[in-house]
Amino acid sequence: MAAAYAGEIPLSERKSGYALMSRDTQKMQDDRTANPGTLWVLEGETLWSQKAGSAAKSCAGCHGNSGSSMTGVAARYPAYNTTLRRPINLEQRINICRTERQHATAFAYESKEVLALSAFVGSQSLGRKIAPPADKRLTPFRNTGRDLFDLRQGQLNLSCAQCHNDNWSRRLSGAIIPQAHPTGYPLYRLEWQSLGSLQRRLRNCLIGMRAEPFEYGAPEYVALELYLMSRARGMRIETPAVRP
Amino acid sequence: MARALINVPAKATRGQVIEIKTLISHPMETGYRPDYNGKLVPRDIINKFVCTYNGTEVFRADLHPAIAANPFISFYTVATESGVLTFTWTGDDGKSFVEKASITVA
Amino acid sequence: MKCEARNATTRRRFLALAGGAMGAFGAASLLTVRPAVATPASMAAAIREVVGEAPVRPGKIKLDLPPLVENGNTVPLTVTVDSPMTAASYVKRLHIFNEKNPEPNIVTFHLGPRAGRANISTRIRLADTQSVIAIAELSDGSFWSESVDVIVTIAACTEESK
Ligand code: HEC
Ligand code: HEC
Repeated sequence: MAAAYAGEIPLSERKSGYALMSRDTQKMQDDRTANPGTLWVLEGETLWSQKAGSAAKSCAGCHGNSGSSMTGVAARYPAYNTTLRRPINLEQRINICRTERQHATAFAYESKEVLALSAFVGSQSLGRKIAPPADKRLTPFRNTGRDLFDLRQGQLNLSCAQCHNDNWSRRLSGAIIPQAHPTGYPLYRLEWQSLGSLQRRLRNCLIGMRAEPFEYGAPEYVALELYLMSRARGMRIETPAVRP
Repeated sequence: MARALINVPAKATRGQVIEIKTLISHPMETGYRPDYNGKLVPRDIINKFVCTYNGTEVFRADLHPAIAANPFISFYTVATESGVLTFTWTGDDGKSFVEKASITVA
Repeated sequence: MKCEARNATTRRRFLALAGGAMGAFGAASLLTVRPAVATPASMAAAIREVVGEAPVRPGKIKLDLPPLVENGNTVPLTVTVDSPMTAASYVKRLHIFNEKNPEPNIVTFHLGPRAGRANISTRIRLADTQSVIAIAELSDGSFWSESVDVIVTIAACTEESK
């Protein structure tokens, strides 16, 4: 995986969405005490040590108090799950612990709780390089993600690649088109006025393309996440990032 | 209301002008936003923020719906003596959320 | 739409496509529905409410807003007043107004000599390209103002396309 695929942005020209946003928005992300994403990280830290479910166990009870056991984890998700025989993303991994280890009901996608916990877990990898696992079982799923990225779809017959590989740095209405690197998720989007997951972001782009968005948690989204992470390999995690 | 983050230096010298940063989680519903059925979501904002220093008010803000969600306010105050700074955010429902920070002034 | 050409042919083709996408990628921000729009007249009334008949002079106050806003839902704002902030001479209040949001008032800050420095930052919502005005009320009863024009761009790829 040393070189970029044909049609992709050369590795040396890759830029995080951070580099394309205004100085003000960059400052909002950089200053922990001014970054609204910190509110979710703190909430996640609280949930981490709260006992839950019929097992009455906390995340901290198994994974340690500080969360430092989670260092680097977000940088290598989605990962292959042997039981399900397919890749799962970080939110799904957290929910598996929630249901199977804590014996509690799963958190809904985009719920405050799962965003808070994934922000807390994700922020343990802040500054780490994205390092997709060299797991052969992931290859077919990653290829599906790549095909989806290149697929022209929706009423406008556009592909993700047309915007994010071929036209990044140009303006679409007011917004600058970024390269679509998933370095900062979950992140605080000014437009949402809230934290949101990578799948929420992908859903927004699909709606913009006038394509039918998938259900949250759909294998198609996980395949796209997997491909985007490999396309961003070596770039640094910014969780919780801020974007326009 | 749920969670606030305040940043006050733990130590300062007497007379030093210190920066205080505050952030609180709140949707700041404007009252002008329609929900999925087209009905307006009722207004629900934090309309008041007060900071006291050992019981004396040093800063206050009257907020309107044009303050962004998850309100952020940063301001300055003079470190006069050791003690406690108290931050109070009050919502349209009259309920308040209080957070405190101590400072040592030498 | 402003685009920088890197390759003329692909650019033209892309613009045609993206032109079609504009509607779907257009903003659905919190403030696009405005049953009652604040007008320069209602802003003037809100200002009169605060200053009464006193003259408002330009100067002493500096209002920092990005000239080109990335997203009108969260616009960083910093206001600074040139004042010694002593018991004899200080800023009492700082008011921020706008022209085109549903309501003309944005925020009022109350401060005094204990502030040490009249410098405050917050984040505001702006429904549209418009002027934002800051007015400082000093301890001697004088009023000073600054007005800034802000261009609000439209967010792309928003939640719903309605
Ligand atoms: C009863 C113990 C237990 C509890 C409680 C628990 N976990 Fe886990 N967790 C595990 C074990 C064991 C593994 C690794 C084995 C596996 O694949 O199931 C794991 C794996 C994980 C991983 C993946 C780590 C990796 O290296 O891939 C994450 C993330 C995680 N847990 C988060 C959480 C969170 C968040 C909570 C609280 C909501 C939680 N866990 C609660 C036992 C627990
Ligand atoms: C018509 C152009 C266009 C298409 C097609 C498009 N996007 Fe986007 N995408 C954007 C724009 C513009 C933004 C930035 C939005 C903003 O700042 O308001 C964005 C943002 C993103 C981001 C966020 C990057 C970051 O820094 O957090 C990701 C990830 C993304 N897109 C992935 C995709 C995927 C996957 C597809 C295909 C399913 C896709 N996009 C299709 C225009 C597009």
